[in-house]
Amino acid sequence: MVKANDRTKLILGCILTGIVLIMCLCGIFFTPYDPMAMDAAADKSVSLKHIMGCDQFGRDVFSRVLVGVKETMIVAGSVVLIGAFFGTILGTVTGYFGGWLDEILMRLNDAVLAFPSVLLALLIIGLYGGGRNTLILALGIAFIPSFARIVRSEVLRIRNLDYIKSVRLFGAGHLRIIVVHILPNLKTVLFSGILIGFNNAVLAEAGMSYLGMGVAPPNPSLGRMLSEAQAYIFTNPLTAVFPGITIVIMILGFSLLSEAFKKG
Amino acid sequence: MKAFKRLLALTLMSATLTVAFCGCGSDKADASSITIGIPQDLEDSLDPHVAVAAGTKEILFNIFEGLVKPDKNGDLYPAVADSYEISTDGLTYTFHMRKGVKFHDGNPVTAEDILYCISKNADTESGSAYVSAFSNIEDYYAEGENIVIKLKQKDTDFLQYMTMAIIPKSNPNPDTNPIGTGPYKFTYRSPQENIVLTRFDDYWGEKAHIKEVTLKICASADSIVMYLLGGSIDLFARITTTQMEQLKDSNFDILEGTMNLVQAMYLNNNFEPFKDERVRQALCYAIDRDEILKLSFNGKGTVLGSSMFPAFGKYYIDETKDVYKPDLEKAKALLKEAGYENSLSFAITVPSNYQPHIDTAQVIVEQLKKIGVKAEIKLVEWDTWVSDTYVGRNFEATVVGVDASQMTARAMLERFVSDSGKNFINYSNPEYDETFKKAVSTTDDAEATKLYKDCEWILTNTAANVYIQDLAEFVAINNKYTGYEFYPIYVMDIAKIRLK
Repeated sequence: MVKANDRTKLILGCILTGIVLIMCLCGIFFTPYDPMAMDAAADKSVSLKHIMGCDQFGRDVFSRVLVGVKETMIVAGSVVLIGAFFGTILGTVTGYFGGWLDEILMRLNDAVLAFPSVLLALLIIGLYGGGRNTLILALGIAFIPSFARIVRSEVLRIRNLDYIKSVRLFGAGHLRIIVVHILPNLKTVLFSGILIGFNNAVLAEAGMSYLGMGVAPPNPSLGRMLSEAQAYIFTNPLTAVFPGITIVIMILGFSLLSEAFKKG
Repeated sequence: MKAFKRLLALTLMSATLTVAFCGCGSDKADASSITIGIPQDLEDSLDPHVAVAAGTKEILFNIFEGLVKPDKNGDLYPAVADSYEISTDGLTYTFHMRKGVKFHDGNPVTAEDILYCISKNADTESGSAYVSAFSNIEDYYAEGENIVIKLKQKDTDFLQYMTMAIIPKSNPNPDTNPIGTGPYKFTYRSPQENIVLTRFDDYWGEKAHIKEVTLKICASADSIVMYLLGGSIDLFARITTTQMEQLKDSNFDILEGTMNLVQAMYLNNNFEPFKDERVRQALCYAIDRDEILKLSFNGKGTVLGSSMFPAFGKYYIDETKDVYKPDLEKAKALLKEAGYENSLSFAITVPSNYQPHIDTAQVIVEQLKKIGVKAEIKLVEWDTWVSDTYVGRNFEATVVGVDASQMTARAMLERFVSDSGKNFINYSNPEYDETFKKAVSTTDDAEATKLYKDCEWILTNTAANVYIQDLAEFVAINNKYTGYEFYPIYVMDIAKIRLK
């Protein structure tokens, strides 16, 4: 086993993520077949015509994986954006000002964090019904606390640094200090936070869709494809293998990237 | 385990003793046992007059019986009563009580118990399923060993309701301690674990074959195959085609029957586009039911054309399924005529715990695309489906299966009368109401059958719903056992199962 250094991690990560991004673009602009079209007569095995075979309805698995990657990326991306955006606001405000506001918000934050995120998502989906948008909202809320924590501890560290003290002596307002002097210094923490968060979001989306609570059928998402293929695991295992491998590539790529950036 | 061994030893011993005493070597008296997997615990009441869940009722069928009892053809035969007479005007029913019928606690069945059961179920407060049929009772009383029931109006289906379970008046808590007269008696239940039934050796009729029955709760559908192959259950009713495939080369026999329900895309007739009969017919022409069976069910299942399935025998009309042959041109033309050319879109609500319905809906969405109809699937939890879709009638279309609580055409068709509480599709057709009313009140059986059939034709011709199929049902049974019988109602007759 070769011990991978940061450079190889970066290169491998870029390659894997690149593959996923290309798949995602294909999912948006071009798929070899209509991913929803059913064909009772289709040969379900892997062939030149259907490079990943067909599922039980005779739908082309490759096309479905492409669109599934797109769906999963949209969900995971939006979830991380929601989490990072509100998490950063929350973390900065509480970390910078401290005091009773910090106490209250952070205890609330702890409460949400302590609550199992899947359960929280289930609750929201139970209230507002399933579907992609509710899923994004539900997971997004569940992702806020972890970002808030990372950002808050970083802001706590930065605000006691000498340069902030001197800016304050120059008479800069709170807003200016936060936006101009603190936020830019959060980018390293946030970046690796987003990459890790993205991974968790991909898995969460797959998990929720697998439980039948995410993207509505017949639309493909990687988790939903896994869930549908499960019943055919003994008769047509390839329908489960390909979406599974795609999830692995996706996660591995982003993990390697975040590793590489953390060190660098 | 130790307790189990002791129990086994005891049963073995008593079995040998019974054999020794009666001096016969019949296999009925052996110490056999079977473990049957059931999908859910019997969480609602164990009182047969109160229980509503189909899964509970199918088990209670073995513990209780009525004055009459259905057989595997759906015909009724006398049980607690040993015969009955119906007066020529059809208004007076006289049941002769069978001698020597005992409850599981050893007490004999008395006329008082039977009268108690009738009064309990006629009580409008009880919430019993029999209330509406029993409101027709003018008077009932005991005459020596006979029970006489007088009706206000003739009701050809009334005998069906005499399958009502007979329970002892003296039982203070029928909810948790069910006592009946059936071939099996309730022994104990450990919640979310199992329920144990033991053969009732004082049963009046042909005694059950298997001595001890354990009903094991297998809540996760994914583990059923594992349980079967691992030997922890011997029988599971209603497995899916995929599970069936996995059991192919094992020591299990797979029996094929039908689920006895009408799977359809039920249409809310109050949803603006579906108010137009032509739109509903267009959907019927667009949906290819054979293709649904082929894609989602390995080609198994019985295509249906109306709200009736084959097990109903004389009421079932096979020809209804040929009314709407797949015809995309006709479907498009009908949509155009109704003003919905390429502009119809609606949501299909599907309960998320029923994969067969989800799979059906997926195929429907694809088929409807071909006539320019945009349908999308909305998955909801089962509880939400019951409260919002069924009770609240807040939906556009839904794919589910609907069954009958009694083996009567009335139970199946009453649902579509305009003012019926169960009319969740808001079907409203004066002609139908009229025909149904005539059918219920008519005195001649042949005439009633014809009128019920007319009702089915009306449903088909007006395309009340997009009827799809009666799903195939597969039962996996360890090949040590035999004798499983399919019933036209949702029950499992354990008493007929025996060792090979």
